Amino acid sequence: MEGILNQLPIGLSIGAVLLLIALGLTFTFGQMGVINMAHGEFIMAGAYTAYLLQDFAGRNAVLVALPVAFLVAGLMGLILERAAIRHFYGRPLDTLLLTWGVSLVLQQVARDLFGAPNVQVTSPTWLQGTLGPMPYNRLFILLLAVGSVVAIWVYMNRSAQGRRMQAVMQNRQLAATSGINTGRVDQRTFFIGSGLAGIAGVALTLIGPVGPTLGTYYIVDAFLVVVAGGLGQLRGAVIAALALGLLNSYAEFWTNASLAKVIVFVVIIAFLQFRPQGLFVLRSRALT
Amino acid sequence: MLNAFLRTAVGAGLVLALAACGGEPTESTTGGAAAAGGDTIKVGLLHSLSGTMAISEVTVRDAELLAIEEINAAGGVLGKKLEPVVEDGASDWPTFAEKANKLISQDKVATVFGGWTSASRKAMLPVFERHKALLWYPVQYEGLESSPYIFYTGATTNQQIIPGLDYLKEQGKTKIFLVGSDYVFPRTANKIIKAYAAANGMTILGEEYTPLGHTEYSTLTNKVVQAKPDAVFNTLNGDSNVAFFKQLKSAGVTAESMPVLSVSVAEEEVTGIGVDNIVGHPVAWNYYQTTENAANSKFVAAFKAKYGDAKVTSDPMEAGYNAVYLWAEAVKKAGTVEVEAVKKASGGIALERPEGLVTIDGETQHMYKTARIGIIQPDGLIKEVWNSGEPIKPDPYLKSYPWAGSLAS
Amino acid sequence: MTAILEKPPVTPAPVKEPRDWRGPALFALVAVIGLVVMPLVLEPFRLGLLAKYLTYAIVALGIGLAWGQGGMLTLGQGVFFGLGGYAMGMHLKLNDAGDGLPDFMVWSGVETLPALWEPFRNPVFAIAMVVVVPGAVAWLLGTLVFRQRVRGAYFAILTQALAAAMVILLVGQQGLTGGTNGLTNFFEFFGQDVAADSTQRGLYFTVAIVLGVLFLGAWQLQRSRFGRLLLAVRDGEDRVRFLGYNPATVKTITFTLSAVMAGIAGALFVPVVGIISPALLGVVPSLELVVAVAVGGRFALAGAVLGAVLMGYAKTYFSEELPDAWLYLQGALFILVIGLAPKGIIGFFRRKDVTA
Repeated sequence: MEGILNQLPIGLSIGAVLLLIALGLTFTFGQMGVINMAHGEFIMAGAYTAYLLQDFAGRNAVLVALPVAFLVAGLMGLILERAAIRHFYGRPLDTLLLTWGVSLVLQQVARDLFGAPNVQVTSPTWLQGTLGPMPYNRLFILLLAVGSVVAIWVYMNRSAQGRRMQAVMQNRQLAATSGINTGRVDQRTFFIGSGLAGIAGVALTLIGPVGPTLGTYYIVDAFLVVVAGGLGQLRGAVIAALALGLLNSYAEFWTNASLAKVIVFVVIIAFLQFRPQGLFVLRSRALT
Repeated sequence: MLNAFLRTAVGAGLVLALAACGGEPTESTTGGAAAAGGDTIKVGLLHSLSGTMAISEVTVRDAELLAIEEINAAGGVLGKKLEPVVEDGASDWPTFAEKANKLISQDKVATVFGGWTSASRKAMLPVFERHKALLWYPVQYEGLESSPYIFYTGATTNQQIIPGLDYLKEQGKTKIFLVGSDYVFPRTANKIIKAYAAANGMTILGEEYTPLGHTEYSTLTNKVVQAKPDAVFNTLNGDSNVAFFKQLKSAGVTAESMPVLSVSVAEEEVTGIGVDNIVGHPVAWNYYQTTENAANSKFVAAFKAKYGDAKVTSDPMEAGYNAVYLWAEAVKKAGTVEVEAVKKASGGIALERPEGLVTIDGETQHMYKTARIGIIQPDGLIKEVWNSGEPIKPDPYLKSYPWAGSLAS
Repeated sequence: MTAILEKPPVTPAPVKEPRDWRGPALFALVAVIGLVVMPLVLEPFRLGLLAKYLTYAIVALGIGLAWGQGGMLTLGQGVFFGLGGYAMGMHLKLNDAGDGLPDFMVWSGVETLPALWEPFRNPVFAIAMVVVVPGAVAWLLGTLVFRQRVRGAYFAILTQALAAAMVILLVGQQGLTGGTNGLTNFFEFFGQDVAADSTQRGLYFTVAIVLGVLFLGAWQLQRSRFGRLLLAVRDGEDRVRFLGYNPATVKTITFTLSAVMAGIAGALFVPVVGIISPALLGVVPSLELVVAVAVGGRFALAGAVLGAVLMGYAKTYFSEELPDAWLYLQGALFILVIGLAPKGIIGFFRRKDVTA
């Protein structure tokens, strides 16, 4: 019985991880229609940032790394957007393949820079220990996810920039005609979306391996969260991530890890039968 | 104006022409090698140099290259220098089969040293058996195999898994939880463990598998903690170990409260997992960097001199390093590199290696090896706390263990 | 559900172009190169590799049809390749095992042959399944997702997740599927020693001819009314719907055809290469084939074929000569092709824009 109860916070914490890795994608994929397969490599960049900062910050590298990784991954995203992706708006499938090429190159770059074996990122001493069944570092990730969501919500709804972003997302042409510099908004969106991947990367060093292939472990899950949540829907992503986290947690508890993954996939397919656009749909009169 | 069909055909023609050209340079190299065959012997090294397995396999290749270099420095074999032909298996099993085929039929190598995963070995096995060529496979594996064209220089189950269980039993750990990656080695290992447990009064509290590359271990950790075992027998592979040990530690499990005995975590992997997360846990192998003897001091020094001071040596690397020496010894004894003669000459060859005395068992083409249990130290190295006292005769089908009767069908 | 071809809109009869003989002539030339020159020039090992690339080309042909013509980016084509491959592999395994069990079942502790395997003893059944199973899975998935108007990126991600889930499922059922190892160590292929040079040569011809036939079929399909409808769906799905057609049906049929092609390719791959394993049908191999199609030129079926053979060859070449450079090269090639030459290599041979 205790085991079953424990799965509840575990499910939430799995959901928090999913949310963190998917949050950036709800921006880039959800708002701009860009499928960024290199998102996983931005996560990896965040993780390696934490690794490198250990030399300066020691055990608290994880904390210091949060803002730094946001900048590093954000800048990488910005460069990618400026150099390549902006030429491909409206061609989502091409950007998917293009960014996959970028992700291959980034993986090899990481391998050449840091070596193929995993590197070690030591977690802070104050994150060791548990609160009931919930390890502190899981709690930290949960708080980080909540914090990120709140920050994004405030940005989107309370700042002029965020509102412009929403306007572009809802109707690009109309936004442009109202004098919004859509190119600028796209850059900003991509910067923030990629930066969030960096933050996710730092968080993942607490619980997983840090190596060149890190991104590939999370990318499919991240996309599934966005698809299930609905394009560009913050609340959709939150609910989808938590629901999938809980589903995963209980499915694995009662069956096993392999079957749990398959169950999650089947549930998503079935769910899309009822809501093909995901949980929440952005209503638009635009004809595709 | 050209129509679609036409262009199709142009394109396809172009490709085929290219493919044809591609064939040529390789053929010419074969010719060149045949000419150079007078004073060198070609040997193939086939490991994953790219992809997920590269992490582990590159180091084995390095150890094999070191051995080749040392043998050449000492005058080579049969008066000829060894010439390594290195190929990349790319962590992809069909590629292993393809490259094995290439090494044998194009490069005409005398023998191949290669593989890591069981899947890569199973993929290569038919190629070597068909061509009657030799493969030296350097990694501990799940047993239940004895191909006449493969030499197994890593441990089989009775030289690693069973000693590991003997150790746990001696320590009074009788309630065991099994955790493994979902592939053939863990599943077979766990079958053996269950049979052993049934015969030795141990209880298996649970058996869990996760997909390769799995990184979410909170649910599994919960299951393990709830079951309250005395020890965990861990057959996870690769990156999963990192996630598992990190998450186990953050759930408050320590080496004192619940030791996790691993059979796929060596010196190389400890850094990636983080010493903090795994210190004090036991592992089972046949060799550690700290194993004390003259051959090992020489090996460790040579390896660090060639590849850098920060490098560590581990069991599979040592087994790959040994493989080259054992093959060279068999060739010297046979007086030729011809496969059947080498096989015949190999039985009974005994060499003092870094892990201690290694003898080739001619019947199974496995090695007599000493089993060693070690504890992971705060400096990331592994200290031996138990060994089998003498080299154990390899028994890939566990025929000499009455309790294993049903397994070895 | 609207049947597709029942209500053709009134269109002017297509203008009859003067018959162009250069196309068929070149096809014949390529056929001669493929069927006569290559087997003479290449040694058995290289001919085997070419046969492998040609099986990839069959998958690529299907991707070209679904993606290039139909706009459905399928990132899970490896699933269908695998289904075809496993159907063939199961038959070969049973054939080798005779009255016993396939080798991997013995070491996986399976004592009786699973019921799923039993019918695969029959070669006719096995070959039928090569076509039926991938086709049925694709039909089911297509019906489910296209009816709900899941498309574009959503569809791509779903097929990718399907590939990921399929690998996990296959790996997890070791006693049934051979787990990560997959099925390997085949001896006999319909009475022949599968590894013998003569068998391999015969297999090469089989693969080349199957590819040729499927290519001609796909080419005819592309030129037919259905082919034009497919293009229309790709370029303006809603408009096609307003015209009274059901795009879901068009897409489902095309997706199913592409899956069947992948299945056939998988079945041919097994005796040629001698293994089928989950690693061959995961996310990465599926994507690599899409890359190949993009490099060759996705808007022409010939581009797909060209790309698959070229990339297969490049992969072998670079992993033999410069293993470290392959990932860089593959990534860079990809960025360049998508960025600068979205019509791929074949685009350089064409003056007229076929995408319009």
